[in-house]
Amino acid sequence: MATFKLHVNGKEKQVDVDPATPVLWVLRDHLELTGTKYGCGVAACGACTVHLDGVPVRSCQLPVAAIGIKKITTIEGLSDNNSHPVQAAWIEEQVPQCGYCQSGQIMAAVALLQKKTSPTDADIDAAMQGHICRCGTYPRIREAIKKASKKMSVKG
Amino acid sequence: MEPKDISRRKFIRATGLSATALTLGFYFSGESKASTIIKGEDAENYGVSLNSWIHIDTNGKVTIVCHRAEMGQGAYQAIPQMIAEELEVNLNEVNIIFGKGDTVKYGSQVTGGSSTVRGSYKNLLKLSASARDMLITAAAAKWSVSTAECFAEAGHVIHRSSGKKMHYGELVVDASKLEAPKNVQLKKVADYKLIRKPLPRQDTPLKTNGTAVFGIDKKIPGMLYAMVERNPRLRGKVKSYDDSAALKVPGVKKVFKVTMKVFSTDREGVAVVADSTWAAMQGRKALKVVWDDTGFEYVSTEEIYKKMKAELQSKDGLSAKKQGDPDPVLAQQKNKLDVIYETPYQAHACMEPLNCVAHHKGDSIEIWGPIQAPDWVQGDISQKMGIKKENVQVNMTFLGGGFGRKAFLDYTHEACLISKEAGAPVQVIWTREDDMTQGPFRPGVSYRAEGAVNNGEITAVKFRMCGQNIGHWMGSKKDVPNDSVLEGFQPHYFDNIKNISFSDIPFETPVPIMWWRSVYASTNGFAYESFMDELAVAAGKDPLAFRKQYLKNERCQKLLEKVEELSGWKARKPKQGYGVAITECFSSTVAQVVKVSKDATGKIKIDKVWAVIDCGWYVNADTVRAQVEGSIIMALGAATNHEIHFKDGLAVEKNFTTYRMPRINEIPPIEVHIMDNNEDAGGVGEPGLPPFTPALTNAIFDLTGKRIRKLPFDLAKV
Repeated sequence: MATFKLHVNGKEKQVDVDPATPVLWVLRDHLELTGTKYGCGVAACGACTVHLDGVPVRSCQLPVAAIGIKKITTIEGLSDNNSHPVQAAWIEEQVPQCGYCQSGQIMAAVALLQKKTSPTDADIDAAMQGHICRCGTYPRIREAIKKASKKMSVKG
Repeated sequence: MEPKDISRRKFIRATGLSATALTLGFYFSGESKASTIIKGEDAENYGVSLNSWIHIDTNGKVTIVCHRAEMGQGAYQAIPQMIAEELEVNLNEVNIIFGKGDTVKYGSQVTGGSSTVRGSYKNLLKLSASARDMLITAAAAKWSVSTAECFAEAGHVIHRSSGKKMHYGELVVDASKLEAPKNVQLKKVADYKLIRKPLPRQDTPLKTNGTAVFGIDKKIPGMLYAMVERNPRLRGKVKSYDDSAALKVPGVKKVFKVTMKVFSTDREGVAVVADSTWAAMQGRKALKVVWDDTGFEYVSTEEIYKKMKAELQSKDGLSAKKQGDPDPVLAQQKNKLDVIYETPYQAHACMEPLNCVAHHKGDSIEIWGPIQAPDWVQGDISQKMGIKKENVQVNMTFLGGGFGRKAFLDYTHEACLISKEAGAPVQVIWTREDDMTQGPFRPGVSYRAEGAVNNGEITAVKFRMCGQNIGHWMGSKKDVPNDSVLEGFQPHYFDNIKNISFSDIPFETPVPIMWWRSVYASTNGFAYESFMDELAVAAGKDPLAFRKQYLKNERCQKLLEKVEELSGWKARKPKQGYGVAITECFSSTVAQVVKVSKDATGKIKIDKVWAVIDCGWYVNADTVRAQVEGSIIMALGAATNHEIHFKDGLAVEKNFTTYRMPRINEIPPIEVHIMDNNEDAGGVGEPGLPPFTPALTNAIFDLTGKRIRKLPFDLAKV
């Protein structure tokens, strides 16, 4: 067991855990941030995606000891009221069905749009194909990313 | 946000409104006076009950109970949308909560068979209209006017001529004292304000900010975490185990053997209980278990399919349906078709792996989890744990997918056993590998299809199915055919095919099996609609025209005409493959056309899918479209991406690395059309799945001349 200071969603948190514990389980079991989901445990589904200094990472594969001073952003940290343009687009396009994979999908989409404000279909394929949705919301995810892109370019 | 329970409310009076269980209740707080309440979010109850589904507090806040599971299919939207329509309230102003397992209050809560809307809409509309009329009656009495002078709108009763107005909260106490009217006037379809509209789902905002509580997210005070190392051979036992290393893992509290019931069989494992999920995982890894596989049959996929084929070639099986007699016709026919179709075992692979929180408190149990059938779970736990049914509380959370898997009763029972032994509330989490390898699976089914045509007409068709029967797991008789032999087959084919028969050749393996979205229609549909295509080709007929020739029923004709028109079927160009299929299940019929072509490298590419659904009366157009889109994509995965293989009695595929799921870059454009009519409601969550695969393989035949009869197949290698 060891103590770690983490920057999560703009706040400093302290946890006392096994250094090998993946960030996924630190978030879920110790910080009660359960929006980040366990799906496969082998970085094959994308449900556990969070941002580390703005870069999307699979939190199921990331030991807490490897974080250092990097800043973690989870789905809960995107906005206070579903107002992030990606969240707004997800609601307008009525993307989620069961919703379990959507935190990871949204975090990946946010990271994509931070890098490319007007992604092509090929960009969307490349950024999103690590994310499984068993309900089959993929067509709506694509539309929502395009809609969010428009919202963000109008804003920016 | 989490829907709060309503269990602690006390009812002092209960009368039945109809044969279905309605409680007309009246809430009193401890002081024995009508409650003054009640903010849904922070109160332990939701005001005065007008029936099991509708509760209104004195401020006018309306709480509606969703008594079925929300696993993505939209019950959490559809049920309130129906109730709000007849109750006359604004949907975006109501609380929605999940109902606990309770057949007395809600009737069946088993969320399967695409039954939520079709099974309950008449009753829900009626009881909502009834509650509305009680509120109107209460208002009319207060104003000393006749009810005919009053109407309800947006949570208020209004006196037409004077414009006087009262909100439901001011009326609910009086209303609840009234007898529920037996005859109520329901709205006409044309007058609906909410129903049939593509309204945004009430659960969507919870699912875009991480606040929707799934089973795996549930935390209760003092809760421990458990993982179980189960015998990987599906029904095997534990011979011995060494927990010395596991107990040294920091955070591990207890290790013990656990035996979970899987219908008539037992499945054994060793549970590791710890203070975090990670500690439980590490403890589990440190276990040393010796398994006892005595009596186990070491099944392999190869053997299973070999045996099924041999059965199909040597046996007639149990007759499920026979019209005319195809046998003598087939015996005379020289050029008859005689082919085998094979479909694979599948995992449900819900994105949320199985999990359950159980709190065994001695003479009562409370559980929370992603549960498709809370009423079944209540009965099952009561029986297996020896606790009175009324002391077993089963709470549904949101489900991260269900598809039939979460209607199985193994994981909930196991969690109760573990909580009891641990002496604490425990959350049991299955890893992806546990979830994928332990089953139960969709049974792989093989079919033999024989048929003949003469002068462009079908003269005889004979279908035999051979595969495991889910009913046998649940204790059904083995000398009767599988009751799902005809599932998926559009019944109006019988109007025009003179000699046709279906039979089932019973087939057993030790592989546990369970419903998987659209159940046997998911495999039957492939065999039956592929074979219709083969017959059309043999008859020299256009496959879509051939279906119209045999499905003369008006609704089928309209459906086929619509998909023909949308897809531009008649204007097909060279180097385009078009395939069509039509199936019926859960009282809805869906026709699909798939268009394929070859890309620059010569690989098959799906250009587009058109789907037309006739589900009769429906609630939410956008949910219907979403369900058909999702069903098509699930079918695409099962047809072209993945299969569970067995080797030495073990499931080979363990995670998404080998059980390859369709990804965003593999999804073709999908266009869904809903037929508008005034027919009775059909299912929505499943019927979109079965026609996709045969429409796809029929399109591939159209393009390439290659007939695909074994699933899954690799699109890149056709």
